[in-house]
Amino acid sequence: MAAKKPATSSAKAGTRKKAGEPSKAELIGYYRDMLLIRRFEEKAGQLYGMGLIAGFCHLYIGQEAVVVGVQSVLDPDDQVITGYRDHGHMLATGMTARGVMAELTGRADGYARGKGGSMHMFSREKNFFGGHGIVGAQVPIGTGLAFSNKYRGSDAVCIAYFGDGASNQGQVYEAFNMASLWKLPVVYVIENNQYAMGTSIARSSAETELFKRGISFEIPGELVDGMDVIAVRAAAAKAVARAREGEGPFILEMKTYRYRGHSMSDPAKYRTREEVQEMREHHDPIEMLKKKLLDAKHVTEEELKKIEAEVREVVNDSAQFAQDSPEPDPSELWTDVLVESRT
Amino acid sequence: MTDILMPALSPTMEEGTLSKWLVKEGDTVKPGDVIAEIETDKATMEVEAVDEGVISKLMIPAGTEGVKVNAVIAQIAGEGEAPAPKAKAEKANGEAKVDAVRGAGGTETKARNDGHRLRAPEQKVAAAEGLHDPTLPEGVTYTKTSIRDALRDAIAEEMRRDESVFLMGEEVGQYQGAYKVSRGLLEEFGDRRIIDTPITEHGFAGLGVGAAFGGLKPIVEFMTFNFAMQAIDQIINSAAKTLYMSGGQMGCSIVFRGPNGAASRVGAQHSQDYSAWYGHIPGLKVIAPYDAADAKGLLKAAIRDPNPVVFLEHELMYGVEFDVPNVDDFVLPIGKARIRREGTDVTLVAHSRMVKFALDAAEELARQGIEAEVVDLRSLRPLDTATVIESVKKTNRIVTCEEGWRFFGVGAEIAAAVTEEAFDYLDAPPMRVHQKDVPLPYAANLEKLSLPNAQDIVEAAKKVCYVAE
Repeated sequence: MAAKKPATSSAKAGTRKKAGEPSKAELIGYYRDMLLIRRFEEKAGQLYGMGLIAGFCHLYIGQEAVVVGVQSVLDPDDQVITGYRDHGHMLATGMTARGVMAELTGRADGYARGKGGSMHMFSREKNFFGGHGIVGAQVPIGTGLAFSNKYRGSDAVCIAYFGDGASNQGQVYEAFNMASLWKLPVVYVIENNQYAMGTSIARSSAETELFKRGISFEIPGELVDGMDVIAVRAAAAKAVARAREGEGPFILEMKTYRYRGHSMSDPAKYRTREEVQEMREHHDPIEMLKKKLLDAKHVTEEELKKIEAEVREVVNDSAQFAQDSPEPDPSELWTDVLVESRT
Repeated sequence: MTDILMPALSPTMEEGTLSKWLVKEGDTVKPGDVIAEIETDKATMEVEAVDEGVISKLMIPAGTEGVKVNAVIAQIAGEGEAPAPKAKAEKANGEAKVDAVRGAGGTETKARNDGHRLRAPEQKVAAAEGLHDPTLPEGVTYTKTSIRDALRDAIAEEMRRDESVFLMGEEVGQYQGAYKVSRGLLEEFGDRRIIDTPITEHGFAGLGVGAAFGGLKPIVEFMTFNFAMQAIDQIINSAAKTLYMSGGQMGCSIVFRGPNGAASRVGAQHSQDYSAWYGHIPGLKVIAPYDAADAKGLLKAAIRDPNPVVFLEHELMYGVEFDVPNVDDFVLPIGKARIRREGTDVTLVAHSRMVKFALDAAEELARQGIEAEVVDLRSLRPLDTATVIESVKKTNRIVTCEEGWRFFGVGAEIAAAVTEEAFDYLDAPPMRVHQKDVPLPYAANLEKLSLPNAQDIVEAAKKVCYVAE
């Protein structure tokens, strides 16, 4: 793939989102978005405990700043793809809490009409491409989405999220190689929450500085404090702009932390209570932003309480909706196996 | 005196064209000197001298076609030997001990697939062998076309028709295709749409799936399906299942294609039939054509299909020529078997190259008074069991023929379907012809013993007809 075509994207240069210093309203928006993910995930955990959500369920609590910061610099035609710890990404791309929660409960009103579950949700409308259950598989797929942008002459960018665990999969490097070789507009966001299920990064990775993993493919990388939404946004803005201008892929290693276990059944005995407590008390992305907002007098405690109440309302509504929505019709068993042929 | 023999430049090459001599009689040569060029159907290869000496005689004139492998093409007189007079040279034939040449074409030997690329003997198969599709217009004319070129034509036609179709894979562009299926496509469509990939099956299969999710229509070529095992997670977990998992949102219009099945003397890892593997998976379509018309018409249909399609070709069939109808936009429906030969006594079900063996077996059986009906499945998923059942209702006996292993195979599926749906019509238990239950051996005799052939089908057919040997 050599020939570069002029950009013919729907979002022309100039109409692209400006990613300068976030405004007061934007900062409050990030607070709201992170809080929505936090409360949504807590509710999902609760419904899991009640047996309303089943199977594998991987909560994003602790990592909210990553997806909210990155999303803040994207335009609607940019694509997003991730692994199975995906509820936060879906909410951040603007998918509804109702649709996501109803998919978690396996109901007809879920994003995949109950056929995907926690790990497999998609929204064509929001350019969210999943929701992939095989560790690392989303990386070549996301690279292919970027390929389709370049092929069409669009300057849209694909964000491919994956974890520190996935960063040891071979296909990730196969994708890196092609993305760099063909200068594809993809940004690889490694959410390094420091544990691949129960194995710490030090026990699983010879090179623990994951932003360096692109060096042999000439892909530059940057280490980012993934608990700081403003830092995430600044780093993402640079990487996305670079990819959009045709300069190829970039790796953002987001140092982050998940408070819960790998999945609902994981007691997380592989780390100390103190370690988790330290992150919660001193590095929590929502608390840190809240302090900033208050210190700068951007908001009052009352206004924050109002946001909290609104978010709780959205989450409670989604939980009720997800319980009231019917199970999929038995005939759904046989639909969507194949697209009915056009010819 | 040392003989220089016509080299075999691929596992299946039996003859070739001696296109050019780069030395003349009386020239002194050293090991490594290029002395001649030999043309296969896919490439022009250089031939090097292995011994030192003086070219005493060129036995085959430049431009000679159909030179058999191991024929003496020249002779070298060693140090101290006088350049041989003609009579002596001919006498020296019996002294040949050394296979004096080897392929030395730069790219040919550099590519990792050096030993993999094959040249099928150019066979001519008469159109009358199969029954033409009934949908063709009256008076349609045909052009003899190799399967290789029929596939290329299908890709080119669809790429002209639809800007979102592109081809990617190892060596599909500059090299012109490891098996020359993509010959000429880079020149016509450029490197934006004919994309040479690194050797990275898992990665580029996944990239293709992503491009399909992004609305393009990739044709992903695997140099052989043996290498697609590296990528099978993306084919099954990503391409085949995502439509369902997304509640119908995420169509994946993609074709995974390449040669499948046993080649010739390439050993166990390069000789496997994946029909049953992919046939097992809901969410995939699986096509395995036999002749060139089906290869063209079904590949065009596969490229247009909004679903992921696994398109299984056969290495040993690429060079075989068949009649292809001269009609604009020849597209065949996916999922329809074809009766290749009508008969009343036994049904032979086959796909891909095994159809040829089934047809040969039917000829032999006819000589012995048994009229076999040959059903070419063409598509394994969807599987046209209705056509098979109808045939069995007529013949009351069935033999399944596949190149793959027996266990959990295509034949097992068909035998089960027939016993479920036409049990009362059966006059004998179904029989299966298949590869022996071992990894494919390299030794010529063992390889032959391992693979199914026409004689195996004849014997099985006679068994189900209760005819004694």
